[in-house]
Amino acid sequence: MNPHLVIAPILLPLLVAALQLLAGERRQRIVVALSLASCFALVGVAVALLLAATQQSAGGVPAFVYRIGDWPARFGIVLLADRLSALLVLLTAVVALAVLPAALGRWQHRGNYFQPLFQFLLVGLNGAFLTGDLFNLFVFFEVLLAASYGLALHGSGARRVSAGLHYIAVNLTASMLFLVGVSLIFGVTGTLNMAALAELIPSLPDHTRALLHVGAAILGIAFLIKTAMWPLGFWLPRTYAASAPAVAAMFALMTKVGIYVLLRLTLLLFGDDAGPGSRHFGADWLLWGGIATIVAGIIGLLGARDLGKLAGYNVVISSGTLLGAISLQEPAVTVGALAYLVISTLGIAALFLVAGMLAPEGEEDASDALPLEPYEPLDDAPRVEDLYAEEDERRVVIPAPVAMLAVSFLACALLLAGLPPLSGFLAKFSMLAPMLDATAREGTMALFTLVIVAGFCTVIAMCRAGIQIFWTDVDRSFPQARVTEVTGIVLLLGTCLLLTVVVQGPLGYLHDTANQIHDRANYIHGVLPASESEVAP
Amino acid sequence: MELVLAIAIGVLVASGVWLLLRPRTFQVIIGLTLISYGVNLFIFSTGGLRIGADPVLRDVVGKFEQYTDPLPQALVLTAIVIGFATTALFLVVLLTSRGLNGNDHVDGGDGTP
Repeated sequence: MNPHLVIAPILLPLLVAALQLLAGERRQRIVVALSLASCFALVGVAVALLLAATQQSAGGVPAFVYRIGDWPARFGIVLLADRLSALLVLLTAVVALAVLPAALGRWQHRGNYFQPLFQFLLVGLNGAFLTGDLFNLFVFFEVLLAASYGLALHGSGARRVSAGLHYIAVNLTASMLFLVGVSLIFGVTGTLNMAALAELIPSLPDHTRALLHVGAAILGIAFLIKTAMWPLGFWLPRTYAASAPAVAAMFALMTKVGIYVLLRLTLLLFGDDAGPGSRHFGADWLLWGGIATIVAGIIGLLGARDLGKLAGYNVVISSGTLLGAISLQEPAVTVGALAYLVISTLGIAALFLVAGMLAPEGEEDASDALPLEPYEPLDDAPRVEDLYAEEDERRVVIPAPVAMLAVSFLACALLLAGLPPLSGFLAKFSMLAPMLDATAREGTMALFTLVIVAGFCTVIAMCRAGIQIFWTDVDRSFPQARVTEVTGIVLLLGTCLLLTVVVQGPLGYLHDTANQIHDRANYIHGVLPASESEVAP
Repeated sequence: MELVLAIAIGVLVASGVWLLLRPRTFQVIIGLTLISYGVNLFIFSTGGLRIGADPVLRDVVGKFEQYTDPLPQALVLTAIVIGFATTALFLVVLLTSRGLNGNDHVDGGDGTP
């Protein structure tokens, strides 16, 4: 396997974005063709990475360690693809491939440079998943955030600009915290390589350990802002609801970057063998933060007044569930959490796309998202007998696009609530079942209960929304469904459906992934070979 | 020297946070800029404060004490560039918001509930 494959998911979209900028806004065909080619190629590269990661024996060192410029890992920057990174790169590629055709419809022409920005977003996402260096992680975070600022504002309009203003201000502040955290850690340890950090932390003297914890906590806050943990996540529903649906579908993936980094860093730096002083540092914060986030998400979900906000609060619930699950640091729970991460990302992305198709067409501002009216019982409700009498008189023909949208909406609801028969149920079950065995940590039962309650509340909220949208006045006109938009939804939901049928392989892969990331010796030896460890700085 | 630098960083960040919490977009952007200055100085200081030391090896043989740590300087350079670019972007959004809403309140209203 070509070792340069690791850097391909970063270089490819970067190159394509540059070419698209050169092609300019007028040559739309070339730009779109380049985007499509890039997304297909990314899926291919991600599958190749995944296969390479699978071929290594269970556990084991990462499949690829790529030294940029061939500098030794302690001095240079490494890129690294193990099972977890390969999985998330593939998830990114699949979501991108599904979102891109959806964006080709009405959204692409509401502003400039949609396609290059989209490619830059992919550069940042893939880079953040692949890097093995904290400062390099900051750079890729900034790349993906800068692209996301542009995308969040895509289409303009007062509501979008106002939400985007808050989004940018919050994220710029988070970036500052990121820098403070990184430099504190560098000041204490003298390195920013994640493997070298993991190796150093158990043997740190106690007087510097406190400073390291301060640095890690500040760094953690930066990620938690991006993951939208309560109370740091009030920016999320508003921004996601205000941005263009295709963009919001892609943003569903962005909160998962925060989750990925937290999972990676807590296991690597503060895992089971990080020494008595640092063992499970911050895990309680993540657990209770996750619980609070789920509660906030439920409240928001039940009170959501438009479809965009509804989907946004689903993102919040998903973040909270994942935060709680990864804080337990149990390999069995991590397996389920990873499955839930994949399924909920696909489901939420599909929900955003469905919401986008339902949105009233032609209006540029304010009512881009479909509003949901509060429920008002009718005083002169018809009696049940009347309803039966009336039933056969009027045959309602449901147009195909509406039927398709309704089925998609139902599938999203099932996936997000975690109800059988779709894969959402399998993912939630494989996450919750091991939690019952891992009740040693205080709060595990609270998390367990809340995840189930959240599923129930998702059912309520989605039912209410579905009734208002689809069981409404038959004369209401639905916007035309475009083939491109439908393709995206079908691709996302089809992947979920496929994961319902083919379970053994993916779950086995996730099982090996969890084992690999829970044994940090794999990571350290993969990045710093024994011969190199002797060259002490 | 450490004390002077610590006070400078503290004053910059404290003023930045105060401005960040103000209701006008212009104050917010100035606040963000001040915080970013403070953070940049902070990164700079993590390598230890030295005067007149080289960041690049000049002699083949030498002691570590002769040199300053070059890495924080590289980090701070990257941070400055990225901070500058994002601030410029924020400025554009600020102007757009001003144009669309007709005022410079962060919520788009005129501040009266």
